[in-house]
Amino acid sequence: MRYVIIGNSAAAIGTVSGIREIDSAGEITIISDEKYHTYSRPLISYWLEGRVSDKNIYYRPDDYYEKNGVKTVLGKKVTKIDTANKSVVLEDGLSVPYDKLMVATGSKPFVPPMNGLDKVHYHTFMSYDSAKAIRSELKDGMKVLIIGAGLIGLKAAEALSEHNVDITVIDMADRVLPSILDARAAQKMQRHIEAHGVKFILGTSAEELTEHSAKLKNGSTVEFDMLIVAVGVRPNTELVADAGGKVERGIITDQTQKTSLDDIYSAGDCTVSHDESSDSEKILALLPNAYMQGEVAGRNMAGRESYYLNAIPMNAIGFWGVHIISAGSYDGEEFVEETESTYKKLVFRDNRLVGYILLGNVARAGIYTSMIKEKIDLNEVDVDLLKQKPQMMMFGKARREEKLGGIVR
Amino acid sequence: MKKVYVNEDWCLACHLCEYYCAAANSGAANMVAAFRNGKKPVSRIQVEEGDKVNFAVQCRHCDGKPCVRGCIAGALSIVDGVVCCDENKCVGCGTCVLSCPFGCVVFDEANHRIQKCDLCLKNHDGEPACVQGCPNKAIVFEER
Ligand SMILES: Cc1cc2nc3c(=O)[nH]c(=O)nc-3n(C[C@H](O)[C@H](O)[C@H](O)COP(=O)(O)OP(=O)(O)OC[C@H]3O[C@@H](n4cnc5c(N)ncnc54)[C@H](O)[C@@H]3O)c2cc1C
Repeated sequence: MRYVIIGNSAAAIGTVSGIREIDSAGEITIISDEKYHTYSRPLISYWLEGRVSDKNIYYRPDDYYEKNGVKTVLGKKVTKIDTANKSVVLEDGLSVPYDKLMVATGSKPFVPPMNGLDKVHYHTFMSYDSAKAIRSELKDGMKVLIIGAGLIGLKAAEALSEHNVDITVIDMADRVLPSILDARAAQKMQRHIEAHGVKFILGTSAEELTEHSAKLKNGSTVEFDMLIVAVGVRPNTELVADAGGKVERGIITDQTQKTSLDDIYSAGDCTVSHDESSDSEKILALLPNAYMQGEVAGRNMAGRESYYLNAIPMNAIGFWGVHIISAGSYDGEEFVEETESTYKKLVFRDNRLVGYILLGNVARAGIYTSMIKEKIDLNEVDVDLLKQKPQMMMFGKARREEKLGGIVR
Repeated sequence: MKKVYVNEDWCLACHLCEYYCAAANSGAANMVAAFRNGKKPVSRIQVEEGDKVNFAVQCRHCDGKPCVRGCIAGALSIVDGVVCCDENKCVGCGTCVLSCPFGCVVFDEANHRIQKCDLCLKNHDGEPACVQGCPNKAIVFEER
C-alpha cells in the first residue's frame, strides 16, 4: 500500500500514527512545501519570544521519520491531484503515485484587501519562516503595528514584548480574542495585556497604508516600522476543489475523514468539522483536532473503520502568565463568577453543560470539557459542586469509580 | 499495567500523599529540603475533600490519552504505557489541562510548564511516593 500525505504538521503526524497502528509495512510519503522536519506551529511565538530553542520547536524527535518508516519530500509544493492516474503532481513536474491520499494542507494567513498594502512590506505569523523573517528584521526601539487582536496577533504581541519594541494592536472588532472570549472576559484580558505595555486601538480598521503609517477609519494615524497582518486564516482547499472534491468553507469529509473523492482523505485546519456542542459545521482550527482527525483518517486509510466524533471548539492559551481555557458553545443559560483576577462562565442548555470560559484560574478545566463531550445530564452530578470548580467530587460514586477506578461499567 | 488507585472509603484527606509527591518530584534529597525556605513544590496528586468522602486523584494513564494526542509541543509521550512529559519541551500552554477528563494535569507556574504523574518512574524504586506515604493504605499500586 502506498500512502501519500500532503502536509507535514499535526494532521499529517496524526495520520502517520493512525496508519502505523494498523499497517506497519505500507509505504508512507510525506510531502510539504515547508522545508523543515515536522515542527509545532503554535510554538513559533515561543520561539520568537526566545523561550523555545531551535531544537525544541520540533514536534517529533529527529529520528521520527526513520522510526515510522516515512519518506519525506520537503520544500516542494503539490500543484495538482491527478485522480485519474492516482498521483499527486509536484511543482517541479514530478508525480508521486498513491493508493490512499491524505490532504493535510492546513491553512494560510488571510490578508484582507487594504488600500496601499500592496506597496508596503509586511509580515504574517503562521510559519517558522515567518517568525524567522520577523526576528531578522527586529531592531531595538522599533514600532510594531499588529493588525488583528485574535489568538495569533496577540501571541505575536506577547512574543515581541520580550524584545525592546513598541507594540500597537488594532482590530475591527471592539474587543480582543472575540473567537474565544465574551465581552467581559475580553475586557479583563485587554487590561492585563495593556499593563504589559501593549496599546490597543479597537473597533476600527486601516483605511490606507503607506510605507510607515496606517491611516485608520476612526481618523487617527499610527506610525510603524514593522507591520504584521494577523486577521485570520483560510483553509487550503484548492487541491481538493480543483480535483472536483466537495468544498464549502473548508474541505468536506465524512466521519471517517474521507472526502467526496475516492481514496482521498483530509484532516485538520483545511476541513470542516461538526461541532457537537452547537450542532453546527465549523472549521475547528486547533491542533488537537488536527491530530485526532488525522489519526482517524489514518486508520481508515489502512483499512480499519474509525470515526471522528464529539469534536468541539476548545482552546487553551495564555498571555503574560494569565491562562484562558474555553470550550464548547456559549449559547444558553449562563452562570458567571468573577474576581479581580479571574473569570468563570458556565453555559447550560438542555440540562447539560455545553460551554465554558475560564480565565485566570483554569485548574482541572478538562473535567468540564469531558462533561460537554460526554453530554452528561445535570441530574447525574451535584450542580453546586460543578459550579464551584471542576472536580471529580461532583459525580456520583458509581461514575467516579468507573472513571478513576479502572472499573468498566 | 500497574496503576495507582485510591480507595475513597479509606482516604482521610490528610494530604500526606501530596507532600510525598511534591517532594519526590522536586529533585530535592528529602522532604525537608523540598519544602525549605517556604518553597512549595508542585504535587501531581490532588486530594478532593467532601462532606462524606475524600479521595486523591492522579493521572489514570487512560486509554484515550487526549493529553498526549493534543499536546501542541510534542512534549507528552507514552513510555511503556506511562504518560510522560518532557519538561524541556513543555511550554505550559495548558492544552492537556483542557483535555484531561480527570483534571490530573497541574500547572507548574514557576517553570512555565505542567507536571503530571509518571508513576515516579524517575525518582522512586518500586512503589510511587504517594502509595508509600499513605498512612491508611488508601492509595495502592496494582494491576486491575
Ligand atoms: C501562532 C500560532 C499559534 C497557535 N496556537 C495554537 C494553540 O495554542 N493551540 C491550538 O490548538 N492551536 C494553535 N494554533 C493552530 C494550530 O497551529 C493549527 O490548528 C495546526 O497547526 C493545524 O495543523 P494542520 O496539520 O491541519 O495544518 P498546518 O499546521 O497548517 O500544516 C499544513 C502544512 O501543509 C503544507 N501545505 C499546504 N498546502 C500544500 C501544498 N499544496 N503542497 C505541499 N504542502 C502544502 C503547509 O505549508 C503546512 O506545512 C496556532 C497557530 C498559530 C499560527
